[in-house]
Amino acid sequence: MGHSAPKIATIDGIAGEIGTLLGSMLIDTVDHADELTFIVLRDALPQALTLLRDQAEYQQLMEIAGVDYPDRPERFEVAYHLLSVTRNHRIRVKVSTDEDTPVPTVTHLWPVAGWLEREVFDMYGVVFDGNTDLRRILTDYGFKGHPQRKDFPLTGYVELRYSEEDKRVVYEPVKLAQDFRSFDFMSPWEGAQYVLPGDEKAVAPAAPATPTPKTTEKKADTGAGEAANKAAETKSGDAPAKPAAATAEGKGAAKPEDKA
Amino acid sequence: MADYLDELEHRTDAADPSYGDTEIQNYTINFGPQHPAAHGVLRLVMELDGEIVERCDPHVGLLHRGTEKLIEYKTYMQALPYFDRLDYCSPLGMEHSYVLAIEKLLNLEVPLRAQYLRVFFAELTRICNHMLNLGSHVMDVGAMTPNLWLFEIREDCLNFFERASGARMHSAYFRPGGVHQDVPLKLLTDIADWLDGRLPRLFEDAISLVADNRIFKQRNVDIAVVSKEDALKWGFSGPMIRGSGIPWDIRKSQPYDVYDRMEFDVPVGTQFDCYDRFMVRVEEVRQSARIMKQCLNDMPEGPIASFDRKVVPPKRGEMKRSMEALIHHFKLYTEGFHVPAGEVYVATESPKGEFGVYLVSDGSNKPYRCKIRPTAFSHLQAMDFMMKGHMLADTTAVLGAMDIVFGECDR
Repeated sequence: MGHSAPKIATIDGIAGEIGTLLGSMLIDTVDHADELTFIVLRDALPQALTLLRDQAEYQQLMEIAGVDYPDRPERFEVAYHLLSVTRNHRIRVKVSTDEDTPVPTVTHLWPVAGWLEREVFDMYGVVFDGNTDLRRILTDYGFKGHPQRKDFPLTGYVELRYSEEDKRVVYEPVKLAQDFRSFDFMSPWEGAQYVLPGDEKAVAPAAPATPTPKTTEKKADTGAGEAANKAAETKSGDAPAKPAAATAEGKGAAKPEDKA
Repeated sequence: MADYLDELEHRTDAADPSYGDTEIQNYTINFGPQHPAAHGVLRLVMELDGEIVERCDPHVGLLHRGTEKLIEYKTYMQALPYFDRLDYCSPLGMEHSYVLAIEKLLNLEVPLRAQYLRVFFAELTRICNHMLNLGSHVMDVGAMTPNLWLFEIREDCLNFFERASGARMHSAYFRPGGVHQDVPLKLLTDIADWLDGRLPRLFEDAISLVADNRIFKQRNVDIAVVSKEDALKWGFSGPMIRGSGIPWDIRKSQPYDVYDRMEFDVPVGTQFDCYDRFMVRVEEVRQSARIMKQCLNDMPEGPIASFDRKVVPPKRGEMKRSMEALIHHFKLYTEGFHVPAGEVYVATESPKGEFGVYLVSDGSNKPYRCKIRPTAFSHLQAMDFMMKGHMLADTTAVLGAMDIVFGECDR
């Protein structure tokens, strides 16, 4: 039986029909979860949507949604959701763009696109060429940045409060009493891409990896005591400058050269 | 100042033939954001010529809380209560779209009783929502009493929600895979009695005061007429598109849950004005009651949520006995469930119109993107077009007939 989400009857050959209608404007067709997505050329978008509205009977533009994929060369996707009330069918048309390249507007096809484009502009900074009223819509007056971008922090950059001294609302940089906690649920058995917390202890210690083997080439190295050291000093000229200090370190100390 | 008044008093048309021909400039007024008839925090910048509205620029976003951004940082289950807080007048209508979107991505089957319960409470939500809207619409155009009577019904609805979920408004009752808890039999019998007695009595009483009322008609008939073509162009849905004479109801044409088993009529308007939109909602309340009665008759016994333990947490009793249940519970309430990568757009018929959720999943336990398609956003945008040439006092009637809630519009 499967899920109980809205049952939209599939129209036989609709993907092919729209494919021929759009022709060279179409880049790709995706059929996933009974929903058809048509990826079209950005510059041909108004033409494609005009054809879909007038010839394929998709009369209504229900939604324009932006999605941000920072890893892609054209990081933003703009998805247009169309509805046909006569054929009882929904499709999605997508274009991709980046921060600087404008997407042609469709406000002349559907006046409802005005605010929907304004919202995508506000949230992602996608510019719509031809939209005469591209103001911010949901964010505060004088807001900076595009909050739905993946690189915009959840907390934002400014916070506001009413200041009793100034008798007005003041904006200040965000100060968090507690850091934002982001838990990572990547399974360690399914290939986490970093050192897991605690795993750094399992790595072999880097400090004295292999201790230098003790050699007793000079008498002073033996650690036999004050008497032996003095005897050694008188016998060899290249003895350590401060033999007393060397012995003070105790028996079995490392060679004086190691201290350098 | 005194000179000016003096001049005005003594000036006559005979003395100055140009008197009265002076050009009066349009002036701009600010409606809201604290106006009681603005239904929340709407600010309308209106350009008036005398009392005629020339231009109307709605400023929205004063209630923007960044819900879509917050959802990207929550697991699928943790994001659910945000939907209650979108349209706080019809919380379960919002949840319905979201849980159906998740189930569509998971391809999860929901037990029949859960589907009936969802439809049942979604329709109760519709009644609850329309009680608020019809009442406030009536009050916006000058009548007081019907609103108080309709709020009685709304109070009953909220009590029923409380008995089912524990919360009056923000129920968080629908869950991916079913509903959170089964309802006691007494609640269902109480609602059945209410549907037969108190609801029709109070509701028909209140509506009889306004439906044929001369003042009410004067304020609503022929106000903001929207043709079928315009309704399509402006992205109308729900009672707004039906008020414009297009018989479009997602419950009928793209049925979800058990709506395909229900028998109900879709009312449409004939004059496409505010009065039609009002009467469409009135009839929808009656049809909702009809659907609820059918649900009560046909609702089978059985589980109220899927047994897929990778999505639906086990019940407390089970956890006391089974180690596996305990592990599932722990995993679901810390990590949550992973949803296969993909994207869906699921729209349901919320009391206000088409409420859609465009859910993009990257295979992790959090939504990659959750775009919410509010109903009010498109409707409010048409405000400028609908208000052009109408009187200032019609603003409240047009707004009332749109049924706008800013929690949802601004997200």
